[in-house]
Amino acid sequence: MTATLTAGPATAERRGTFVRDTLTVFRRALRISVRNPVWSVMGLLQPVLYLALFGPLLEPLAPALGAANAYQLFVPGLLVQLGMFGALFVGFGLISEWRDGVIEAERVSPAPRSALVLGRVLRDVLVVLVQGVVLVAVAFLFGLEAPFWGLVLGVLTAALLAAAFASLSYAVALVLKSEDALAPLMNGIALPLLLLSGILLPITAASAPTWLNHVSDVNPIKHVVSGIRAQFAGDIGSTTATWGYAITLALVAVGLWLGARTFRREDG
Amino acid sequence: MIRARGLARTYSTRRGAVDAVRGVDLDVSAGEIVGFLGPNGAGKTTTLRMLTTLLRPTRGEATVAGADLRHDPGTVRRRIGYVAQSGSTAGEARAGEEVIDHALLYGVDRATAAARGRALFAALDLDGLWERKCATLSGGQRRRLDIAMGLIHEPRLVFLDEPTTGLDPQARANLWTHVRALRDDRGSTVFLTTHYLDEADALCDRILVIDHGAIVAEGSPEELKQRVSGDAIVLAATREQDVASIAAVAARLPDATAPTVDGTTVEVRAPQGRTLLVGLLRALDAEGLELDGVELRRPTLDDVFLTLTGRSLRDGENATTSDGAAA
Repeated sequence: MTATLTAGPATAERRGTFVRDTLTVFRRALRISVRNPVWSVMGLLQPVLYLALFGPLLEPLAPALGAANAYQLFVPGLLVQLGMFGALFVGFGLISEWRDGVIEAERVSPAPRSALVLGRVLRDVLVVLVQGVVLVAVAFLFGLEAPFWGLVLGVLTAALLAAAFASLSYAVALVLKSEDALAPLMNGIALPLLLLSGILLPITAASAPTWLNHVSDVNPIKHVVSGIRAQFAGDIGSTTATWGYAITLALVAVGLWLGARTFRREDG
Repeated sequence: MIRARGLARTYSTRRGAVDAVRGVDLDVSAGEIVGFLGPNGAGKTTTLRMLTTLLRPTRGEATVAGADLRHDPGTVRRRIGYVAQSGSTAGEARAGEEVIDHALLYGVDRATAAARGRALFAALDLDGLWERKCATLSGGQRRRLDIAMGLIHEPRLVFLDEPTTGLDPQARANLWTHVRALRDDRGSTVFLTTHYLDEADALCDRILVIDHGAIVAEGSPEELKQRVSGDAIVLAATREQDVASIAAVAARLPDATAPTVDGTTVEVRAPQGRTLLVGLLRALDAEGLELDGVELRRPTLDDVFLTLTGRSLRDGENATTSDGAAA
C-alpha cells in the first residue's frame, strides 16, 4: 500500500485517487457478491455445522480444558476457520475475472494497482464480518457466554485475518491463473495451518506431545486463535491477546504487500 | 499519436532468452486507422501490450498519445483506450454497471459516466442491454460492450486487439462499421491488430506487417498490393498451338514476371496490370492470337504476405474469403 503513496508533488492527489479507486473496486466486488450470495452462505455453513455437530461433544470436556464454557474455547477457533477458509478461496473469483479480461482492463486504467487488490480485500473483510456476527449469534443459541467487547474484538480479528489470507489468495491466483492449481495449493496451506493452530482442541504443553506443541508454536495462526480465546475470556489486554493482535496485523501487512506487488508486477 | 523506436521485448524462459519483439519502429498519426497485421506468434500482441503499458519494453522507447511510455505510463493510461482480445467485463456483472465502474477508475464522475455510457450503448447497438448480465450477451454484443468500456473515458487513441476474432461474418461487418465511426464521428486514432486480411483491407488506412518480431512492410493496402505482387493477368488461349506465342507477347509487358503456362492458360504478373491490359490485348490481336477469355486478378493481402514472409497468413481455422476478382 505504502508504495503508491510515495512522496511527490502529486501525493495528495494520488492519495485521493487511491481512496476513490479502492472504493470503486470495493463497491463493484460487493455488488457482485450480494447478487450471488451462494458462496457467502456456503462459507458460513461449514463453521455452523462444526458448531452444531461438534460443539456439543466439547461441553463435557470444557472443565478438563480449563474453560468455564466450552463455546468460549470453540467459537474462536471457528472464527479463525471462517476467516481463513472463506478468504483463501476468493482467488477463484479472481481467476474467473482474469479470464473475462477484467483484470487486464483494470490494469490498463490509471487506477493504482494496490487499489485493485485492496478494494476486493475490503469486500472479503466485510463478508467475513457479517458471517462472523451470524456465527456468534448462532453460538449464543448453543450457550456461548462471553463479554461483549471480547466478542467484538474476536470478530474483528477474524476479519483482519481474512484480509491477510484474501490478499494472499489473490496474489497466488494471479500468478497461477488456474483453478486446478489453486485448489490443492490452498488446501495444502490451510489444512496444516488449521490443525496446528488448535482450533478444535487447544494445543498446550499439557495436552500435546512436546514436539507437536513446539511445531504449533511456530504457526502464527495458533497465536491468533489463542488471542481470540483470551478476548472471549475477557482478557482483552492480556499478553496472549496482544500477541494475537500483533501477529494478525503483521499477517495483514505481509498479505497486502504481496497482493499489491503481484498486481503491480507485469505479466511475464 | 504513436512514435516507437527500437521497441523490443525479450522473455527469459527456461530454454534461454526468447525475442518476442526484436525491435519495432512505428509511427501513427492522429486520425488514422492503422492495422497491425501478422500471423499468430509474430509479436503483434506483445507489441500492443507494450504500447498500452501492460508490458515493460526490454529495450527501445515510445511516445504514446503524447506521453513517454517508460517514464509516464500513468498519463499514457489516462489517454488511451484498450479493447483486449480477452474481453473486459465479468459475466456475473451487469453491462451498464461495468461501464460506469470502469469510467470511475478514470476519474470520470458517475453522472457523466452514465450519460456517456447510455450514448455509447445507443451508438453501438446495445440499446436495452444496460441492465443485462454480461454473461447473457451474445458474442457480438459482448465485443461491442468491450468497445464501450474502452471508449468511456473518451480516449484520443484506441487500441483494438483482434476485435472481430470469434465473431460470425455479420457481426464482424457490423463491428467494422463501428470502428470506422470511431474515426469518422469521434476523430479518434485507431490502432488494431488482426490476422484477417479482408479486415485490414476493408478497415485500415495503413497497414504494418509484423513477422518474427519485426516490421517487414508498411503502406496502404493498395500500396502494399501494388508494390509487392502486381496484378495477375490470366489469358485463356482458344487454340493450344498459340500458347507459346501468347506467353512470348505477355513476357514483353514492362516489369512483368515470367509467364507461367498451365494447359491453355497463361498467367503473368505485372505492376499496374489493369492499365496494361488493353495494350496487351491489342498486341495479341495484331499477331492473330485468339483468346477465349481474360481475367484480371487484383492481388490480395495474402499474396502480399506470402511474398513478404514466404508463408501464408491464413491458417485453416480462420480461412477468410478474399475477393480476388474485384477490380
